[in-house]
Amino acid sequence: MAALEEGFTLTAVPLGSGPDGPLGVEQSDKTDQFLVTDSGRTVILYKVSDQKPLGSWSVKQGQIITCPAVCNFQTGEYIVVHDNKVLRIWNNEDVNLDKVFKATLSAEVYRIHSVQGTEPLVLFKEGAVRGLEALLAEPQQKIETVISDEEVIKWAKLFMVFRHPVLIFITEKHGNYFAYVQKFSSRVLCKYALLLGQEEKSVIQSFSMSVDRKVISLMSLSSDGCVYETLIPIHPSDPEKNQRVVRSLLLKSVVCGSARSGVAFTVLDQDHIAVLGPPPSASKECLSIWNTKFQTLQTSRELPQGTSGQLWYYGENLFILHGKFLTVIPYKCEVSSLAGALGKLKHSQDPGTHAMPHFVNWETSLGCGLGSQNSEQSKRILRRRKIEVSAQPEVPASTQLLATVQKDSEKHIEVELRKFLAVKRTPDFHTVIGDVIIGLLGRCKAEPSFYPRNPLMQLIQTHVLSYSLCPGLMEVALEKTDVQILQLCLQQFPDIPESVTCACLKIFLSIGDESLQEADINVQSASDYGDEKMEEHTEIFQNGFNPKEDNCEDCAQELNEKPQGTAEASTSCPVTLKRAALFSETFLLPHLKDIPAQHITLFLQYLYFLYLKCSENATMTLPGINPPTLNQIMDWICLLLDANFTVVVMIPEAKRLLLSLYKFVKSQISICSELNKIEVSFRELQKLNQEKTNRGLYSIEVLELF
Amino acid sequence: MGEFKVHRVRFFNYVPSGIRCVAYNNQSNRLAVSRTDGTVEIYNLSANYFQEKFFPGHESRATEALCWAKGQRLFSAGLNGEIIEYDLQALNVKYAVDAFGGPIWSMAASPSGSQLLVGCEDGSVKLFQITPDKIQFERNFDRQKSRILSLSWHPSGTHIAAGSIDYISVFDVKSGSAIHKMLVDRQYMGVSKRKCIIWGVAFLSDGTVISVDSAGKVQFWDSATGTLVKNHLIANADVQSIAISDQEDSFVVGTAEGTVFHFQLVSVTSSSSEKQWVRTKPFQHHTHDVRAVAHSPTALISGGTDTHLVIRPLMEKVEVKNYDAALRKITFPHRRLVFCAKKKQLLLFQFAHHLELWRLGSTVATGKHGDTLPLSKNADHLLHLKTKGPENIICSCISPCGSWVAYSTASRFFLYRLNYDHDSVSLQRVSKMPAFLRSALHILFSEDSSKLFVASSQGSLHIIRLLEGSFKHLHTFQPQSGTVESMCLLAVSPDGNWLAASGTSAGVHVYNVKHLKLHCTVPAYNFPVTALAIAPKTNNLVIAHSDQQVFEYSIPDKQYTEWSRTIQKQGFHHLWLQRDTPITHISFHPKRPMHILLHDAYMFCIIDKSLPLPNDKTLLYNPLPPTNESDVIRRRTAHAFKISKIYKPLLFMDLLDEKTLVAVERPLDDIIAQLPPPIKKKKFGT
Repeated sequence: MAALEEGFTLTAVPLGSGPDGPLGVEQSDKTDQFLVTDSGRTVILYKVSDQKPLGSWSVKQGQIITCPAVCNFQTGEYIVVHDNKVLRIWNNEDVNLDKVFKATLSAEVYRIHSVQGTEPLVLFKEGAVRGLEALLAEPQQKIETVISDEEVIKWAKLFMVFRHPVLIFITEKHGNYFAYVQKFSSRVLCKYALLLGQEEKSVIQSFSMSVDRKVISLMSLSSDGCVYETLIPIHPSDPEKNQRVVRSLLLKSVVCGSARSGVAFTVLDQDHIAVLGPPPSASKECLSIWNTKFQTLQTSRELPQGTSGQLWYYGENLFILHGKFLTVIPYKCEVSSLAGALGKLKHSQDPGTHAMPHFVNWETSLGCGLGSQNSEQSKRILRRRKIEVSAQPEVPASTQLLATVQKDSEKHIEVELRKFLAVKRTPDFHTVIGDVIIGLLGRCKAEPSFYPRNPLMQLIQTHVLSYSLCPGLMEVALEKTDVQILQLCLQQFPDIPESVTCACLKIFLSIGDESLQEADINVQSASDYGDEKMEEHTEIFQNGFNPKEDNCEDCAQELNEKPQGTAEASTSCPVTLKRAALFSETFLLPHLKDIPAQHITLFLQYLYFLYLKCSENATMTLPGINPPTLNQIMDWICLLLDANFTVVVMIPEAKRLLLSLYKFVKSQISICSELNKIEVSFRELQKLNQEKTNRGLYSIEVLELF
Repeated sequence: MGEFKVHRVRFFNYVPSGIRCVAYNNQSNRLAVSRTDGTVEIYNLSANYFQEKFFPGHESRATEALCWAKGQRLFSAGLNGEIIEYDLQALNVKYAVDAFGGPIWSMAASPSGSQLLVGCEDGSVKLFQITPDKIQFERNFDRQKSRILSLSWHPSGTHIAAGSIDYISVFDVKSGSAIHKMLVDRQYMGVSKRKCIIWGVAFLSDGTVISVDSAGKVQFWDSATGTLVKNHLIANADVQSIAISDQEDSFVVGTAEGTVFHFQLVSVTSSSSEKQWVRTKPFQHHTHDVRAVAHSPTALISGGTDTHLVIRPLMEKVEVKNYDAALRKITFPHRRLVFCAKKKQLLLFQFAHHLELWRLGSTVATGKHGDTLPLSKNADHLLHLKTKGPENIICSCISPCGSWVAYSTASRFFLYRLNYDHDSVSLQRVSKMPAFLRSALHILFSEDSSKLFVASSQGSLHIIRLLEGSFKHLHTFQPQSGTVESMCLLAVSPDGNWLAASGTSAGVHVYNVKHLKLHCTVPAYNFPVTALAIAPKTNNLVIAHSDQQVFEYSIPDKQYTEWSRTIQKQGFHHLWLQRDTPITHISFHPKRPMHILLHDAYMFCIIDKSLPLPNDKTLLYNPLPPTNESDVIRRRTAHAFKISKIYKPLLFMDLLDEKTLVAVERPLDDIIAQLPPPIKKKKFGT
């Protein structure tokens, strides 16, 4: 699972930059050292792990750096361009940029690109590209114009394919985008027109790319907040012709569509992208990591002081401008797995990060993960995906339902939901249910008065929900002390955390009698012994568990006072006890300590009552549907006592209970020791028996072979 | 098939010796196993784990170390201070060299196989050069304070690691000086033990030294710096053995609690190249100390005090998931230890240092299937014959008439004449054995007890005529020129005319005893012969091989019989081929020439050649009697193999007469009862 670690500011002093942020962050030839060029006059070399600058160089007053400094990996020198045309080359020993090597070029430079394994390449604003060596040999050489008049380079990147440098740059002209791929092995320049697709009239805000064996996967973040992917072949079939490439949707609404600026993104690895910008639901700026394979948000971090819309990613570090500080956020990504994508890997949750549930339909989007594997296949998948996207609005039931959830009254939702549930389950049933419940819960949070109880119950009973799918549901039910919903959840969800279980237990124990009367609780499992048999046995139980002291008159009134306790506990029992085996005590213990002492005593009494009921028949089972087993009862008693013994031992009311429990344990011990004694004699008997079957050392037998 | 009275014998008080060392030879896929009585056994892992050779033990020769060197030469060293090389062809000890360092505790052959290193009681590590026919002392390494219990070469041959008491030394082979001394923590679960014995070391090519010690630790050391890198506490008792795979990606350790742990070098995460040693699998196939482990490319091999040799294939390394991938547990030797004088109903039991002669009991009662009959006379222990000298018995035999007993050790041959006088037996040794009868690998009497056949370790076969109280040497079949292989299995025809002899790999030779010449040679087969017998009247030679194939070869016709060709054409039943113990004895029904009785450790089978052969669809083993089926169905489903698994583990089975069988069982519980008690492990809370 991808995770953002605690970030740190690279420099305590705010960069002397304007509102635009730094010009660039580039790698130097030593690991962990980065060149930061601010938009003014300064280039600073930072050692990131030490969080300190190693060197700083500035151009003269009046000059302005126009292109971020890069490192020539072959020589270890640094190169910067100021005033668009003046090239400066220096190394670590140089102090003053004025005195270092200078070359004035004949055309304006857009960018210098440098990657490991090749010489730096200079990209001019007119689209021409030169190797640095060739350029320095004749600085005033004529630079041809490649792109047309009003075309402007928007973004460029250099990368290596089979040890040959390939430069890609994107230009824009009247809202049309073109991609140029310049290969230096064959000196071929290919031009592609990016087709935006008919429906969007969006402006592309940011680009990033990754490269596979044969394809460049160019990703773009549009102003509608979606990430699109364009596949460009590295080895085109016909380089002469102008070709067109189609964009396809990769991720939907990763940023707020209305965000004007401050939006950027970068590809982290095959499956992950980092997005900088306000998420659709919030207005705060966020750095978020998305898994493109599973279309899930992996992690995100709020950036309350704002950011500049610039994002660099080198090695394991993300560089962003947070407020006025250049911040480094180390990024870790383990191998992406299904569990990781669903957030089911065991990780302590960072309070700063919140996972956004996003439902994926496994039946239909199986191929998505293979998207970038090879061009042909991905094209096919893209086509399919497009069909899916277009097919989506044609499913009226689910979308309509979602719309209903957002606006209509509770009654209406219930009706709609019933209609939806009545029809046959479609393959995307799970996703729709997930979306609906998220919608409902979101609305619950937004409008405190809105609590669609019946729809929620219907949804729970579809058996497709789990706690991790909608953690908010139990939260809301706990808030509203809706015992019925909680009971349903406890019965249906397989993955309720211990803290929530305890919170439910607390509610069950503390809830008043009258509110219980109103609630329609499934007491099926508890009723059998709640009604008929309980009467006589609760007497015993009220009497300190001694049948000999049984005194009916005495406890009759007590019994009348107390049915509430047992009744409500009995509601809690079938659900909570059932879970007991699932949870390890280490997780449960700290939460159990939070329960007030009176409730503990009550619960203990109830458990003890159950135990007595259990031991009543030979099979040691309780009547009813899904009865708790004896082991579960024992586990719960032990757990409760473990967690609260010091408290319980101080309560006078509990004294009797403890005493009887103590007596019970003592008798158990004595039984066990007796059994141990018997065991020895049984073993002897067994040995005798064995000797009988053992024929001794010699015998003559009759054998017939068939 | 009929009803038999079965003498079910359980008084053969045989206890195998504990396993002390195992050494795996990758080149030949053979495993050498030494036992605490000094016996060394060679198992051929390619031939269905058959124990194809063995070297008898010696009282003073407690083997402490065993290794293969220079290809397929086998060396052992022991507490008598001698290094011994074994002759794998002649099956005897080639020579013994005293290392002059007191008892030898450890030995290791250099990676090239040309040098041998021994660790001695006096703390010296001695280097020997292996010459083509001997070994030659080269020099001593720096003397250490205490005995060297374990040794391991670095794969490059430049350094060695030596485990001693409380420390491990790393030596430079060129200079012979110790460059590092790594002290091992004596602490054991917080309690300081007196000493920490390094039972085993393994030197990896990256310079890591892995040690196992008496405090239950497996430790990883960096030999370059002499520092402890990692520590695994795996047992509450000693970890006694370690063996590493050739690829150095997995190793195996054995503990005194009987547990074998498998460690593997696995990646930390699925994608990273960083690897670490992880304890992956525990195996509990032993009840007692695991004294020795070996790591073949596909299996973990372990042996210890509980006398089992366990071969546990690694499922991830096994390419074909067939029956070879199953766990093997070898407890009993793959040769006969019980001999029978049918006419007198006598059983001769062969132990390491003595022979026992028993007379079977009798009964007059009759009964039906499954009954135990009342004994009118119990079995008698007639004779307890102790060997002279420290050497173990190699082989022995009793004549069918019961009046001759012969046995042989590695250097002497003994022949006794027995006289029966009602219940008492008198014994008379035949003196003045000829000089050529020094040691025998197999002894056999002819059916009429008039001739003695001896397979000597030089490869020759001697025929001796037995007279009342004396003998006469008749003839010696010399081995074929060029072959040095010893014969270790003999069979003689009941009419006394034919003698069949087989070595471990070459084919079976058939000699004409009347004309004293080689009659023919049965074509060689890939797998070693496990049992041989010649049928009465027809003189068909029945040969069982370790791959569970059975051939029938007509000696007069010099060709395989029609039945043998048929069964080879059709193939044996798959369950028959999947049995994992070899057939150790074949005999025939005196009245029914179509019947062959053969047995392995877990079943016996009477093959009725007149019945159709089973194919893979028929039920091979049908223990239940047909109840309601008519005779027609019964005849239709009947097949040639009548198998019974009632008696197990079965060490010997023979037909005494047409209605009587004798079965010698050795229940495992009885063996366990005679072993020292294992380390008691707390199983539950109390």
